[in-house]
This record gives sequence, structure tokens and C-alpha cells, in this order.
Amino acid sequence: MIRKLFVLFLLVIVGFFLASVVVSVPFGAEKTIVGRYYLNNTIGETGGVNAVTSIVVLYRGFDTLGEVTVLFLAATGLAAILANTREKRKKHKEKPSLIMRVGTDYLFPAAIVFGSYIFLHGHLTPGGGFPGGVVIASGFLMLFLAQWHYKADELWLKVIESLAGMTYVLIGLIGLWKLGTFLGNFLGKGTPNMLLSAGIIPLIYIVIGIKVGSEMTGLLQNLRETTENE
Amino acid sequence: MSEALRTFFSPQILGPEIFYGSSVGLFLIGLYMILVKKNLVKIVIGLSFIESGVNLFLISLGYVWGKTAPILNKPELMKEPVKYAVDPVPQALVLTAIVIGVAVTAMALSIVIVIHDKYGTLDISKIKELKW
Amino acid sequence: MSTLVLYLALAMAILMLVGAFVVVVTKDLLVAVIASAVVDLVLAILFYILQAPDVAITQASIGAGLTTAIFVVVVRKTKRFEDD
Repeated sequence: MIRKLFVLFLLVIVGFFLASVVVSVPFGAEKTIVGRYYLNNTIGETGGVNAVTSIVVLYRGFDTLGEVTVLFLAATGLAAILANTREKRKKHKEKPSLIMRVGTDYLFPAAIVFGSYIFLHGHLTPGGGFPGGVVIASGFLMLFLAQWHYKADELWLKVIESLAGMTYVLIGLIGLWKLGTFLGNFLGKGTPNMLLSAGIIPLIYIVIGIKVGSEMTGLLQNLRETTENE
Repeated sequence: MSEALRTFFSPQILGPEIFYGSSVGLFLIGLYMILVKKNLVKIVIGLSFIESGVNLFLISLGYVWGKTAPILNKPELMKEPVKYAVDPVPQALVLTAIVIGVAVTAMALSIVIVIHDKYGTLDISKIKELKW
Repeated sequence: MSTLVLYLALAMAILMLVGAFVVVVTKDLLVAVIASAVVDLVLAILFYILQAPDVAITQASIGAGLTTAIFVVVVRKTKRFEDD
């Protein structure tokens, strides 16, 4: 009880200072200058219509490479940590429900197509590689739930993931070789608002989408495998 | 409706209180869960709440009254983007932060599974001895 | 942002804080996980209201979808009820 009161007192202090900082920031006013630069130059410099995508992939592309690396490390670390857990074997008695099985038959291709759509159109519409990859992984999650004996081939998952990661670095190195900057936009900018425009942005988002999709599928499979053996 | 009420409910007064207030509230609820709760899963949920609160605060920093999303697919948007579009920089930062957040959550939860395997409990007050 | 959208945002913010409160008080971890998914989904709507559709779609798929799946698997592998 005394602990809870103490924590509440602490929260009041933290909340007071947070609120006093927050109140001093005007809501809905223009704040940064760098944002203005990006908005003015995104079409001229990158050819991409979606300014957020241009920032994530081109202006801050190196940062995104680090982000992909962090995601890869998390998936690998989870597999390594869970590899040592005890395995208790117990067979499933009931089967997945009929609705789940039939629904997955129709929804799985739709999930794959929708995920590919999201990462192919990352430079035109909201979305991009990360949500697209996760939508694909959610298709595989449905498959895991509907068919308990289904297992994605781990070797293939790893091969696809590594190839995608290497392609990302390779695209960056080609930019370094041709333009002198890592991840330089060495392809033509094209006309804005077309599917084949914005240089390397669609390429990198396809690579990120495939990588995130296979990574997250592997992560969910790692989590599931120990579940099934309980 | 009286004049005072109308000014109180006018968008310019109500806006910051909704977004800033809910982000600070989410932050404080997450902090409370981390400090008071004894269950490890709830502590991890509290961590993700703190992340969400900070993300909401960053996005509401970038919002500008009356402007639209930074997707410049119309002629007037292409001509004068600054006049019509909100700030894209916080959005790019938060996009990164959400993905890093799920990586952190997955790692933390895998450690929770291992702890439950070794000790048979998720209550942090019952995990006393160090054992291999 | 019109006044109507602002009231919608107010309702969403209240729903979000109520969901977070449910997560704090409940003893059933599965309920807590689903309530936190509700919080994340409502957060995606708030992002959309704040003119950030990129962030909204990412939050809806990653924050509300994948994170919830991982949490549910973990609750299933460990214990469902919080004991104290």
C-alpha cells in the first residue's frame, strides 16, 4: 500500500513536469525547417510523391538499413533464446474449426496480394515495406492457425531473407559506385505519380517487404513450434 | 450555447488537450504499470504503452491546422507543398520507432517465456534465487 | 480538422484511455492483451486523424496485429491468470 502511494506521488511529479513541458509547445503550428526543405524538394530530388517514404528510404536510408538490422537481430535473438526451452510433447485432440480452414483458403492469397500491393505502391500511397511485409506474415499466421501440420521451410526463409538483405546493401553500394553516396538514387526519377518512378525507392521497398515478411514468418513459426510441443 | 462555452469547445482550445493529454495519460499509465504491477507480461504491455504515448506526442507535434497528409499527388500539392502538407519528419521518425518497438517487445517476451520455464511463475516478487 | 472530426478524436482518446485502464485493472492476461490491441488500433485512428496515414497503416498492422499475435502466443505458453 505504501508502495502504491509512493508510486502515485511519483507519477504526479512526473505528470506535472511532462504537462508543463507539453503546454509550452503550441499545437498545430509550423515548427521545423527541415520538414519544409523535404516537402519542397522531394519531387525534384527523388521523384517520389510520398514525402514520408522519400525521407525513410532515401534521405535517411542508412538509418532504415540499421532498422532492418535491428529487426533481424531481434528475430535471430528470439530464435536463439527459445531454442533452449523445454519441450513438453502433447498431441492436439481437437481440429481447427471449419470456418478457420475454409476462410484461410480464400484469405491467404488475398493477404499475399494485398501485402505485395502495399509495398509495391510505397512511393505513391501510404504504406511501404514494413506494413506490407507484416501483412504477408499475417497471411502465414492464418495458415499456422488453420493447418497445424503446416510448416514453412526454415532454410528457404533464411535464404530469401539473406538475399533480400544483401540486395539492399548491393543497391546502396551501386549508388556509392555511380554517384559517390551510399544509397544514391542511380535510376531515373521518372514522371511523378507513375508506378515506375522514384528511382530506387520501389526497389528498396520490395526488398524490405520480402525481408520483413520472411523474418516475421520465421519469428511466428519459432514462437509456434514450442507452443505445439507443450 | 454561451460564448464562454463556445470558446472552450472551439477546435483551437480543444485540440491540444485531446492529443497532448492522451499521450501524457498513456505515458503515465504505462509508467504506473511498470512500477506497480508484478506480472511480467503486464510490465511488457506497460513498456509498449509508454512507446505508444511518445509516438502519439511526436505525431501531434508535426500536425499543422488545416493541412493534409504529405502525399503530394495533386497538382496544387506538387506546386506548393509547404502550403498544404503537414510536417513529414516526425512521421518518418515514428515509422522507424514502431518497427523498433515490435522488435523490443518480441525480445522481451521471449525472455519472459524463458523465465516462466525456469521458475514456473511470472510474478517478479517470487523470482528470488538466481539459478541456471 | 473540422470540429466534428475533433469530437471524434475526443471520443477515440477517451476510448483509448479506458482501454488502458482495463489493462491495468484486469486479472485475466488475455483480456489485458486484447484491450491493449484495442488501444493500439484506436491509436492508429488517432494517427489518421492527425494526417499521418503512413504511420496509421504501420501501427494498425504492426502494433495492433503482429504484437497482439506474439502476446497471445506468450500468454498461451505461460499462465493466463495473474495470481496474487
